[in-house]
Amino acid sequence: MTRKQRRLYIVGGFMLIFAAAAALVLMAFEENIVFFYSPSELARKSAEQPIPPDRRLRIGGLVEEGSVQRDADGVTITFRVTDKVDVLPVRFRGLLPDLFREGQGIVAEGSLATNGTFVATEVLAKHDETYMPKEVAEALKKAGQWQGKEE
Amino acid sequence: MSLHYFANPTRFTRLAGRIQPWAGGLAALLLAVGFYLALIVVPADYQQGDTVRIMFVHVPSAWMAMFCYIFLAVASAVALIWKHPLADLAAKASAPIGAGFTFLALVTGSLWGKPMWGAWWVWDARLTSVLILFFLYLGYMALWQSIEDGQKAAKAAAVLALVGAINVPIIKFSVDWWNTLHQPASVLRMDGPAIHPSMLWPLLIMALAFKVYFVALLLARMRMELNLRRIRALRLAERSS
Repeated sequence: MTRKQRRLYIVGGFMLIFAAAAALVLMAFEENIVFFYSPSELARKSAEQPIPPDRRLRIGGLVEEGSVQRDADGVTITFRVTDKVDVLPVRFRGLLPDLFREGQGIVAEGSLATNGTFVATEVLAKHDETYMPKEVAEALKKAGQWQGKEE
Repeated sequence: MSLHYFANPTRFTRLAGRIQPWAGGLAALLLAVGFYLALIVVPADYQQGDTVRIMFVHVPSAWMAMFCYIFLAVASAVALIWKHPLADLAAKASAPIGAGFTFLALVTGSLWGKPMWGAWWVWDARLTSVLILFFLYLGYMALWQSIEDGQKAAKAAAVLALVGAINVPIIKFSVDWWNTLHQPASVLRMDGPAIHPSMLWPLLIMALAFKVYFVALLLARMRMELNLRRIRALRLAERSS
């Protein structure tokens, strides 16, 4: 074995060990790395162990069609977040991002009240990876080829 | 012609000097075309409106942030294993460029995040791993500066670069492995690009412009490093005579 080959194996070996270590660390911390829980994940978690109402967490999913309701005061809004498996009612008082609408992906930060409603203190819009001009989106909808969510 | 043909610094400097103005000119031309398409020709997005134009700077810089790190890591490996005399020079020269692209990606991402998401910054896996990438570049540059002996500095920095390389796949797949606020990949994904061709082409032109700009900048920085080395050698020779 030449010295170059030996150095190659040493560097390669160390890289493999580091990669394995990094993978183990990331797997161990998965709970902390996820940015939000989906409604079904949250349901599973609270079934395992009730979530105290003072614990802050984030949930995410799609705003269910036809679920958005504004209270009489004009600033409080309630809607349901769905991941197509489970739904979670959310209550929020404050400014919504421009992209917020029914069918849109959102992430909300807050806590789970004892009555099962998620009381959000902040709502963020999550947009998807699809980009297209308005005219194309309209043409696709007209042709019935629309695969994205309804606006 | 082997890799070692250009190990001769004089030969490299001459060739780099010839390529550099062409690369710089091409980058300027592509940037001009890219910006014209991105800011004026491209239609507004169906969801994001005109804000989508930030993408044409944000995405190419983010790609370059990762590309520069891969370049840095490969050059470091070549320096460590094959002791190619220009490899650690190339690695050292590419670090500030990569840091610049990473900074640009972070800033444009923040400017994009506020109107679309509603937040300048969130600690999701994608954003956090790119911030770590930025710190890796800074740490790499600091390590070069903090060790006097050039050869020792090169070795230590190369080891740091290789350890940090593990972050690159984490950045790329963070959006697939974990729930993140950042959306998944639009271009490099299994089902083909999710960007309409009228937006994809300007994006690819911008990406090419950034890449050619990187080549021009890298050659300039490597020539500078070579000249610095030469000056240092001359000074040492003067002092000893």
